[in-house]
Amino acid sequence: MSFETGLWILLLGSLLGLELIGKVPPTLHTPLMSGANAISGITMIAALILIIEADKNIPLQIIGSIALGFALFNVIGGFFVTDRMLSMFDRKKSKKINRS
Amino acid sequence: MNLSNPNITEFAINLLSVLLLALGIKGLAKVKSSKYANRLAAFAMFLAVIGLLSRYLLNPTTGISIYSWSWILVGTTIGSLLGVITAKRVPMTSMPETVALFNGCGGMSSLLVALGEAIFNSNFNSVNSSNLFVGIISISITIFVGSITFSGSIVAMAKLQGWLSTPNWTQSKIRHLINISLAIISLIALIDLIQNWNINSVWLLVLGSLFLGIGVTLPIGGADMPVVISLLNSYSGIAAASAGFVVGSQLLIVAGAMVGAAGLILTQVMCKGMNRSLISVLFGGTLASQSKSSSGGGEYTNITSCSVEECALSLEAANKVIIVPGYGLAVAQAQHTLREVTKILEQNDIEVNYAIHPVAGRMPGHMNVLLAEADVPYEQLKEMEIINPDFPATDVVLVLGANDVVNPQAKNDSTSPLYGMPVLDVQQARTVFVIKRGMSAGYSGIKNDLFDLPNTSMVFGDAKKVLSELISELKELGVGSK
Repeated sequence: MSFETGLWILLLGSLLGLELIGKVPPTLHTPLMSGANAISGITMIAALILIIEADKNIPLQIIGSIALGFALFNVIGGFFVTDRMLSMFDRKKSKKINRS
Repeated sequence: MNLSNPNITEFAINLLSVLLLALGIKGLAKVKSSKYANRLAAFAMFLAVIGLLSRYLLNPTTGISIYSWSWILVGTTIGSLLGVITAKRVPMTSMPETVALFNGCGGMSSLLVALGEAIFNSNFNSVNSSNLFVGIISISITIFVGSITFSGSIVAMAKLQGWLSTPNWTQSKIRHLINISLAIISLIALIDLIQNWNINSVWLLVLGSLFLGIGVTLPIGGADMPVVISLLNSYSGIAAASAGFVVGSQLLIVAGAMVGAAGLILTQVMCKGMNRSLISVLFGGTLASQSKSSSGGGEYTNITSCSVEECALSLEAANKVIIVPGYGLAVAQAQHTLREVTKILEQNDIEVNYAIHPVAGRMPGHMNVLLAEADVPYEQLKEMEIINPDFPATDVVLVLGANDVVNPQAKNDSTSPLYGMPVLDVQQARTVFVIKRGMSAGYSGIKNDLFDLPNTSMVFGDAKKVLSELISELKELGVGSK
């Protein structure tokens, strides 16, 4: 991947991000923030690459492993917490259906 | 990924993963699909890992060694376990702190990857090794943004948890001097890194940007914290995208850029809700310190305090009641008790609605999450623009732990630092009860003119305690038994 290609991807990805969440009801601001936050843990891919490519370079692999731990804490925790929040909206919705 | 030797399987999986991530973010912004979308995004992340592993596993010359597998296993197990435990244990009231903590760890991860590359990498086969200059730039930027994200998020979390207060010196002009010096130090280190590839500068850059993150976040008042967390969330996306340049992953660049842009939009929405510019949030200090130079302060002259019994009597006689929840409700964990009160009122055919200010609580949507936990029907939660015209026709307004979002100063007093912020027009209702622990100022530290108005009565006490007393008073009056 050339640097120029990378910049193009960066630009188009940013524009996509701006378009995707143009309108959000306030209810979903916190879950959206938490969900997007979980996605930013995608940096776990970088940590994985670091570990695999640094084969037998122990210090580098330790750093990669710690980085992977931090990233997964972000990803797994983020998705679970978002799911918990959204389940609350869910439960109430299903109750409404039962009542009517 | 090396395009001259493309791994078709990885490429296809990555493409699918990015598509699902984008659909996930889009779906998260809609009430109907949000839960499904969150799981879709999680699945997309899983796919991304599978795609990466396939790059090495399908290539007979590389593979993944047993050493690498064990380090991967260690990191994965510890990180996931702590993540699950934290996510399951943390109470809904401290959601903002939790997001800040997760966010900081994401920044830390990017920082560590770049740091590892910078220090230990002599023969690392990244795609950028052919272009050392680009590699060094992206490593430096990742370290810079990652450090600020990490230290900023941790400070934000500590402040929201009450572990850190706002030190006085941070409200003077000195903080700008300190922060500018830190920025210059980081910049010098950055230039030295890029030009001379001087490894000692890496440490200077790390220290400079870590302290810069602290220095920038520490002076910001609690009311502005959601904006900062949202901005830091955006930064962690940028850090991830930048790390994508470091390891040559297009997937990382796209995903990071999307999160970065989404965080910026959300930040903008929040600033709009508080009628503040991002600049004044970041560099203005707390609202209270701004108000000292204007006329925002002053003493209360006409406070009416009343008992829970009087409050219950007014509620019993009312036809239309609006509840204004705020952070105080979250702190007191009183959402379930509140729901019981409103259930009793509804049994008596009293119309109950909830007025949700866009920045009530510590995060936009904070109140919605909290009230949803207490099974409050979705259609009773009214946004500010929709419910504001209803206040003149309302008999009783209950303000529960909200303060700045109901301050009429924002409309009437052009010298007030709150002036221009959209607020709920509660003072137009016939009677307003403010349930509050004491006369302390709100998070902005500004006097609330609402409390002085003749139709406002204060009910002093912890929200949960007052509400449970209210329940027994209402039952004594025979409300709800109908």
